[in-house]
Amino acid sequence: MQIYLPIAEVSVNAFMLLGLGGMVGILSGMFGVGGGFLMTPLLMFIGIPPAVAVATEANQIVASSFSGVLAHLRKKTVDIRMGIVLQIGGLIGAGLGVILFNFLKSLGQVDLLITLSYVFFLGIVGTLMFIESLGAIRRARNPEMAPPPKRRQRSWVQTLPFKMRFRTSGLYISVIPPVLVGVFVGILAAIMGVGGGFIMVPAMIYILGMPTKVVVGTSLFQIILVTGFTTLLHATTNHTVDMALAVLLLVGGVIGAQIGTQIGTRLKAEQLRVLLAGMVLLVCGKLASDLLLQPAELYSLGVSGGH
Amino acid sequence: MRFALLIIAFLLAALPAAAQTVVADLSQSRVSITASFAGSHILVFGAVKHTEESRPKSYPVLDPIDVIVTVSGPLEPVTVRKKDRRAGIWINAEALQIDAAPTLYKIASSQPLEEILSDSEDLRHSISIPLAVRSAGAAGEVEDADSFVEALIRIREDTGDYEVIPNSVRVIDQTLFRSDINLPANLVEGDYTTRIFLTRDGQVVADFTRVLHVRKVGIERWVYNLAQDQALLYGLLSLAIAIAAGWGASAAFRYARGS
Repeated sequence: MQIYLPIAEVSVNAFMLLGLGGMVGILSGMFGVGGGFLMTPLLMFIGIPPAVAVATEANQIVASSFSGVLAHLRKKTVDIRMGIVLQIGGLIGAGLGVILFNFLKSLGQVDLLITLSYVFFLGIVGTLMFIESLGAIRRARNPEMAPPPKRRQRSWVQTLPFKMRFRTSGLYISVIPPVLVGVFVGILAAIMGVGGGFIMVPAMIYILGMPTKVVVGTSLFQIILVTGFTTLLHATTNHTVDMALAVLLLVGGVIGAQIGTQIGTRLKAEQLRVLLAGMVLLVCGKLASDLLLQPAELYSLGVSGGH
Repeated sequence: MRFALLIIAFLLAALPAAAQTVVADLSQSRVSITASFAGSHILVFGAVKHTEESRPKSYPVLDPIDVIVTVSGPLEPVTVRKKDRRAGIWINAEALQIDAAPTLYKIASSQPLEEILSDSEDLRHSISIPLAVRSAGAAGEVEDADSFVEALIRIREDTGDYEVIPNSVRVIDQTLFRSDINLPANLVEGDYTTRIFLTRDGQVVADFTRVLHVRKVGIERWVYNLAQDQALLYGLLSLAIAIAAGWGASAAFRYARGS
């Protein structure tokens, strides 16, 4: 069934959009990532103009994250207090990120910088997670090989002031590391135009030491505010949010998110981390090969006035 | 002076042969884009009116009439970027701004274009695809501006937005002609200029222009206007839909599991 999108001004197959939304929704519910870093390139591939793809994707993430958060709230796997602390940092970071983005834009080559930072962060995050979680799985299979549980990384965190109790995560730590994580992810989110879940999730596990089960729900919780704000910004300044496209994607997305949450709670934490690491590395590899291999068509068309 | 007179005499002599007019119309003057719009087609039809002088007794055999139909979408500026290898990676290096390129351009003709249209006439009426793309004043920005324009045409030909369809205009008895032109599903709103040229021996002897209005209607129109005129309301509405859908799916799944 073909449907004409009023803002994107292209005609697309409605069932294909439902399917795409569902696929990314499952990932979103499973891993706590918004899925923007997967969906935006896919939408561009089927012929949606990039500006519309980025803006509409933000709107769709609000829906699937909200759906996912509700499922996690029922399971009591959302640390709301931690989420709010991260969001405060995130908003500061987003403000700094917009300033930095405009500065880079004035230098030119902002697109290249976005791709390079993607490859860099995805590569590091993916590789570290992959090695760590493979090790964890191996230790789980041979319990006698397991080293004593590590508390080393908590030690420097423990010495900081302004301690706060995060009951759901079972942590009693200073608010400085979560705020800093929030600022850092906020900067990246503003520059790269994504929710930042794929960096937030590993940061919460490895820097803050939060339990993996709580991390997914908490990440979704803070993504809602960030992407909701992004949607409003795009709608009022660029007029590029396509409601028809968003509805089709989010109908698939919210259903997918529910399924994804179910799958996620049945998997072991290490397995979940290995799968996320694999996905992050896959996207990283694709972006890196775009940079390194000679493209078939050297020329590309862009709408004038865009970045 | 004598040379000028010669030209005038030549023109006068040539005049009778050019005394044809074309009467034509489109099957519809507007295309409505609805939510289920999946492309459309228009029928261009018409007749050649031969005046008395156009069939002079002294030239019983005239070259046959040929017909060219062009449909051009609204003109929009486009940026063409070229990737180049710098320090081992492929990045967008040079960019050329093209002032006005039609979003869609189709040429239908009764014979292959190069057989029925001389280069000078093509230049005068801007018929072929390279002449429909206006890139004046762009040469200074990059070294090889022509290759950027060629790339634009190549990319749009690959996507089917620009198309030359020879032998797709049927001319009946040197008088009536008709052509079916398909419009793709990714049609952009705007005024589409449809031009019809009669050619004889490579020369354009008559031409005719009609404008086809492409407009969004119904819910498409409403959503588009809301996004443009009430942007904040539109953004909030989009968010409300997202939140409602998220809650709805969650509630539905809980209900389905009976908990």
